[in-house]
Amino acid sequence: MDQHIAETTGYHDAEWHAHGHHKESFVTKYIFSQDHKTIAKQFLITGIFWAFIGGILSSIFRLQLGYPDMSLEWLRPLLGGWITDAGKLDPEFYLALVTMHGTIMVFFVLTAGLSGTFANFLIPLQIGARDMASGFLNMLSYWFFFASSVVMLCSFFLKTGPAAGGWVVYPPLSALPQALQGSQGGMTLWLIAMALFIVSSLLGGINYITTIINLRTRGMTFARLPLTIWALFLTAVIGVLSFPVLFSAALLLIFDRSFGTSFYLSDIYIGGEALSNQGGSAILFQHLFWFLGHPEVYIVMLPGLGITSEIISTNSRKPIFGYRAMIGSLLGIAVLSFIVWAHHMFVTGMNPFLGSIFMILTLIIAVPSAVKVFNYLATMWKGNIRFTPGMLFSIGLVSFFISGGLTGIFLGNAAIDIPLHDTYFVVAHFHLVMASASFFGMLAGVYHWFPKMFGRMMDEKLGYIHFWLTFIGVYLVFFPMHYIGIAGFPRRYYSWTTFDVFNSFTDLNTFVTVAALITMVAQFLFLFNFFYSIFRGRVAPPNPWQSNTLEWTTPLHPGHGNWPGAIPTVYRWPYDYSKPGAEEDYIPQHIPYSQTMESNLPHENDLIALEKEEEDIVIDESSESH
Amino acid sequence: MSATESVITTQKRSIWAGGMSPLKVTYGKLMMWFFLLSDAFTFSALLITYGLIRYSYPGYEGNPADFVFAPDKWWPIPEKVFEAVPFLHGVSAPLVFVGIMTFILIMSSVTMVLAVEAGHRMDRAAVEKWMLWTVLGGIAFLSCQAWEWSHFIHGTHEGPMVAEGTTFFGANLLQNQYGPPPFADLFFFITGFHGTHVLSGVILNIIIFYNVVVGLYDKRGHYEMVEKVGLYWHFVDLVWVFVFTFYYLI
Repeated sequence: MDQHIAETTGYHDAEWHAHGHHKESFVTKYIFSQDHKTIAKQFLITGIFWAFIGGILSSIFRLQLGYPDMSLEWLRPLLGGWITDAGKLDPEFYLALVTMHGTIMVFFVLTAGLSGTFANFLIPLQIGARDMASGFLNMLSYWFFFASSVVMLCSFFLKTGPAAGGWVVYPPLSALPQALQGSQGGMTLWLIAMALFIVSSLLGGINYITTIINLRTRGMTFARLPLTIWALFLTAVIGVLSFPVLFSAALLLIFDRSFGTSFYLSDIYIGGEALSNQGGSAILFQHLFWFLGHPEVYIVMLPGLGITSEIISTNSRKPIFGYRAMIGSLLGIAVLSFIVWAHHMFVTGMNPFLGSIFMILTLIIAVPSAVKVFNYLATMWKGNIRFTPGMLFSIGLVSFFISGGLTGIFLGNAAIDIPLHDTYFVVAHFHLVMASASFFGMLAGVYHWFPKMFGRMMDEKLGYIHFWLTFIGVYLVFFPMHYIGIAGFPRRYYSWTTFDVFNSFTDLNTFVTVAALITMVAQFLFLFNFFYSIFRGRVAPPNPWQSNTLEWTTPLHPGHGNWPGAIPTVYRWPYDYSKPGAEEDYIPQHIPYSQTMESNLPHENDLIALEKEEEDIVIDESSESH
Repeated sequence: MSATESVITTQKRSIWAGGMSPLKVTYGKLMMWFFLLSDAFTFSALLITYGLIRYSYPGYEGNPADFVFAPDKWWPIPEKVFEAVPFLHGVSAPLVFVGIMTFILIMSSVTMVLAVEAGHRMDRAAVEKWMLWTVLGGIAFLSCQAWEWSHFIHGTHEGPMVAEGTTFFGANLLQNQYGPPPFADLFFFITGFHGTHVLSGVILNIIIFYNVVVGLYDKRGHYEMVEKVGLYWHFVDLVWVFVFTFYYLI
């Protein structure tokens, strides 16, 4: 393999050196960098920052729910006027907390932090490209996200507080400043931040798609792409098609809020007084919002599923079970994600016939999801499993995907959804299947690709402790919530002790809060492990997990351009683990069949004749940006 | 891996096998296509919004000749609203002016095609000429739109077309003489959003025109940038055709 690289370096070496010796200042190297690896780290670290903000917000409102009588006076240095004179959390600020927790986690952590990190980091490295198609747009994508983050963060410091109408920002609550304090300046900043966020997501998305289509190395057919890349590809497609609809919805909302139009407003009375707005439709906003909102769930979920496919196969030392089925199910989920949005709206007075159509489409998603789960389990079946932290988090993802997915079948039924709608049952469902699962996918990815990102290993023991505390913690938090939800307790309520019927759930709520706090504290182990390992971790071997994909053929600290010398050629799929006859239990993608005669299948021997031809193809690097 | 096997039997290397651009386009053009796809969804959302609000109101059922504006009764007939032409005060010419606007925009697409074609021939003078015509077409469209907006905003006092008792003339975002408030809201928003696209297109075209004049693309050896803004410009025209159909014709 290495001699192959050496043979073809003549032309590319000159190319490489011409590009490798740019004078880079601190600013162009670490801040306004156009290198996909640096941009990925920027997304990751910003994402981690937001994850802790989002987590702390949830800890505060869990305190309110678990200990309704507790004096929160000690939070006054942090929250100031949001603690009332009686030492309680301000009820409107409670709404702001849940709103911002949702917004931050869904968009800033699990969309930008997850897709932004792994699409940027893995796409060029795994498809064999020097960088993204456009490094400049890629840089802009991060900085739009950064600007969006700054605006969103600023909204916390407004006197009237950040947006408080729920992360779905339904009008009229979000459209009328007199409806809620959070619908004043906070909502304006929310909309500005989201508009910037959509621009960032669009710039990133078109870059990811274009890179995967145009810049795959010799031999990297779509049928040889690692499943991570397939997942990130489809995630980007979904994002490019669904975010613009949110953009339209947000623009219309901005006009309703600031310029007196009535796109979403009609027949509203506040304090007995009729508003002049006539003719709009609040349901229209829900349709537009969920046309993004539902695909968004899969934007969050697919990268985690792709990362998991890769990690489970590598660490089970077995080929992924049903590679084609995995791709097919990803495609199926991506297509279905666009035609199920109204299952969020069963209780809006929608025509029951329409509801039943959306119900059927929703339930069909169970099929590709089950295919994925089955394939994960079948991949692990009788494998030589290596329980690395990344592997544990991947298995955790599969576990959450099953247990949370099952309740999705309940909620997808229009008739069952009506009593369960907007209760803690829904909260439990999506926190397991979407939030925790993709969060685990993100952590799995960080543990797995940390050696490639920083050239050092994270501490395994801390990783295990982090995993078990988080895994058990997540179940202890969200399992009891199902019962609270079945009992009918609605989400987003500041206080439930005022209702006699829910008083018996005091203990359970306290239990959930304790579990949530322990889970939250466990995340600091990760934070320490992450930053400590960047500087002090054990230096990583070149291919610590003995993985097949191309990123492990780069130097320990890949420079700008990723491979010194020619880009490797790909000869096989990425899942040749434990191939019968092979010396080792893995054969990387860049090893030609001519070097593995002992393990080739008959049809693979036929491919040897074509390998020579493959090597002669010269990648035109002039069209790539550097 | 049946795909690979079929490659062997035909002895042809698939264009999708990596190491080259399978669609035979540069990344820049590919990105433009995906951006336009995305933008198409933005406009679709707005047009769906239009459709949904439009059909929540009753249309005018009677004889079109007797039509009057009645904001609290029905959605107006667009032909009765957009019937003015500059310098022809009091003449009823339904949709003539907006037809002229549409024609100008479509012609500017034609000149853009000619600019792209000249770029393929590396004929700098011709690219300059046709880019300039495209820019002028864009500016002419925007100017027409400004007149159309201003006429819409100021309204009309003459004619038998205003329902009795109407004291408000013209339109703003809160009320209008022609129909229910969303009629004007949607008009301003959708044509405004499209106009913003045209404006940014004109600005891009001017930048490209400048680059052509200073010989940047001759030095680069190709005029692909002209093609890329060309794609955007055609898209903006196409969107106008839909806006025109939905808002003025239906």
